[in-house]
Amino acid sequence: MKREESKGMALIEGSRLIMEALARAGADSYIGYPITPANLLYQYGGQRLDIMLAAPDEISTLQWMSGLSSTGRIPVTATSFPGFALMIESINMAYMMELPMIIILVQRLGPSTGTATNGAQGDLLLLKGMISGGHPIPVLCTSSFEDSWSLAAETVKMAVEMRTPVVLLTSKEEVMTHKSFDISKLDEIEKVDHKFYDNAEQYKSYLPKDMVPEFLPLTQNRHQVRINASTHDQMGILQHSTDEALANTRRLEEKIYHRMKCHLKFDYDQHENAEKIVLSYGITASAAREAVAQMRAEGEKVSLLIAKTLLPVPPVYLEILKKYKRVVIAEENMNNQFGSLLFGINKPEGLRVAGALGKMITPQQIIEEVKA
Amino acid sequence: MNIKILNTDSLPFCKGCGHNLISKNTAKALERMELSPLDVIMVTDIGCHGIIDKTLNTHTIHGLHGRSVALGAGIVFGLKEPGKKIIVFIGDGGATIGLQHIMEAARLNLNMSVVVHNNMLYGMTGGQSSGLTPEGFRTTTSADGSPFSGYDICALAHTAGAAYVTRVPGIGDISEKLVKTFSTEGFSLMEVVEICPSYGIKFNPGMKLNEIIETSGRKPGEWFNNRPVFTHHKGKKSENLLSKTPIIEPLFYSSLDKPVSLILSGSAGEGVQLTATIIAKAAMRSGLHVTQKGSYPVTVGVGFSTAEINISKEDIHFHGINIPDLVVITSKEGLNHSKRRIGLMKKGALFIDQTLDVPDTGAEIITEDYRGIGARTASLFAAIKCVTKTKILTYEAIFYTIEAEGLDKKLPVEKIKTALGL
Repeated sequence: MKREESKGMALIEGSRLIMEALARAGADSYIGYPITPANLLYQYGGQRLDIMLAAPDEISTLQWMSGLSSTGRIPVTATSFPGFALMIESINMAYMMELPMIIILVQRLGPSTGTATNGAQGDLLLLKGMISGGHPIPVLCTSSFEDSWSLAAETVKMAVEMRTPVVLLTSKEEVMTHKSFDISKLDEIEKVDHKFYDNAEQYKSYLPKDMVPEFLPLTQNRHQVRINASTHDQMGILQHSTDEALANTRRLEEKIYHRMKCHLKFDYDQHENAEKIVLSYGITASAAREAVAQMRAEGEKVSLLIAKTLLPVPPVYLEILKKYKRVVIAEENMNNQFGSLLFGINKPEGLRVAGALGKMITPQQIIEEVKA
Repeated sequence: MNIKILNTDSLPFCKGCGHNLISKNTAKALERMELSPLDVIMVTDIGCHGIIDKTLNTHTIHGLHGRSVALGAGIVFGLKEPGKKIIVFIGDGGATIGLQHIMEAARLNLNMSVVVHNNMLYGMTGGQSSGLTPEGFRTTTSADGSPFSGYDICALAHTAGAAYVTRVPGIGDISEKLVKTFSTEGFSLMEVVEICPSYGIKFNPGMKLNEIIETSGRKPGEWFNNRPVFTHHKGKKSENLLSKTPIIEPLFYSSLDKPVSLILSGSAGEGVQLTATIIAKAAMRSGLHVTQKGSYPVTVGVGFSTAEINISKEDIHFHGINIPDLVVITSKEGLNHSKRRIGLMKKGALFIDQTLDVPDTGAEIITEDYRGIGARTASLFAAIKCVTKTKILTYEAIFYTIEAEGLDKKLPVEKIKTALGL
């Protein structure tokens, strides 16, 4: 796009787009604990959402969010691995309780505290295994400023529709870098309708309707509401391992697989007769786009797949990839995490990896792997 | 109200357990207060006390071990409806692992009540010592008696700012104290001291509750703080974060014909990041696309300060800079931080202050006096020299931007112009 064609150019960062989109979609509470590189999201969350609370630690953050969510609010937080690690037990709680909320995970270089001001894409496998029992938690990942806008709004929709915590995965370079960006071309965002149970019949907190129980806040006085983080029946009463309770636990997984079909997000830029494809996501998607554009300019036939719905992994990615002889996966870690999710240990022969530690993957690096 | 708080007389606790007493007296207290069960939100967690849920006609929320006070706090934060009572049941183990949550709720003086079921050990997991186990009290993990004194949870909550704190032995009718606890405006905590019939009595035969309370120095009592109850802070809110980022119209011309990457590297406090913003916005005012990012140590006020800018006529996908086209160095710290990338340059130009050692590089070297204008302006002065000499931007675009951003009062514009020979 030529600059002259753009009418609403602003110098903006991904953090601002994410928070404005979340607010427009209906998120109303920001719970924060400072951590680099997520601090801009904290700042903007505080400015934009109705409620802003400074938690004393990340366990409190998730507990407060769960309490807020149980009253019908839609809470948001943003953190990076060290904070996220503290949240995991409480995210499991919110997952079991079926409480909508959005957790923005801004990746930085690990392990441990690593380097706070260095980007990375090293947390995907953590997200894959973070719910005890192996249940999937929905994860969307931004790959552009347009995604920061539209996927942020989508997470609110997903959290409410599926009654679940949702992770928006991003990274330091995406939320802190300023870019010239045409804000006049952003799509309208519709506020998500957070519907509450409205029948006279007795309410059961975990009676599924198309896999997802209807929601009712703890703060109304028409029906008794029981919310439970332990194995429970449809009423929300703790059970050891009755059939009904185990069916409820199974449903938690099934509802995500069932409902995520409506939230499948990816860009597949298919090049006719191409035998090679580049797959990327997150911050490295920008290098992948540049690499593919450069190669095509030189006459190379190459397709591009940018994954945005990362978890649960949509089967369509494998269906696309199996059409190609050469698959290059580009992600900023040392161990090809997305490749592991897609192929396990049966990595196909034509698979090549562009990885990096502590620095961004360059378009040239991806081109070398495609041409190797 | 006729509706009972408890839906059964048969509670799920061991015979002789103080939890029975607390639950029955809680029901009695709430009924005396004429609260409808659905105006009460009972928050429980993991521990023997937490299995009370199913016997309650109130709303119930059952969370993680020791986190119920924080979970209850979240409900207080979200509450819109008046007249609701949020009551947290927690054990002494939960109070140990979740101590921070109690301190925070007391500090904020949240309108909620916490009842600590202190049976001085972890009953659900086999009778181990907790942070509230008193000195000398025998448990599974302290067969000779606990060598340490326990937390005084009441003193801690009181010191943290709780509106009302009380300690009572779990004997007889405690409903009046519970009424007082539940009727408190703000954060209230009631510690009920009990002996676990399964482990406490077994390991401490013949020991009487009042005796333990006496010897541990944890006497019954009441403590008050007269403080404002938590309300949400009504700070100024933005109705649209995008309205704070002004649209930048292209007003000037640039002769840039291919993408260029520029690194500005100096020291903290020398305006490197501000310079980057001025250059980026001036480029946008010249009809160009930009990316801009900063890099500096976590101690933002000291050490190097580096900014990376990409400028292009076309949309920029990739904003990383591996080998830069242009580098502007105005301090030794800046040089050290960017030395590696300067060494990788095979072409392009390095603009470096004359006082600094020139590193090995394939770039054209321009050595000038940038710091002579003053350290705080050196980066801006050098960057202007760089982007005008390379014909990326015009002086007009840059000085218009400085004025449009309201920076002409803060920056020595005339001094810079004079130094530039304008």
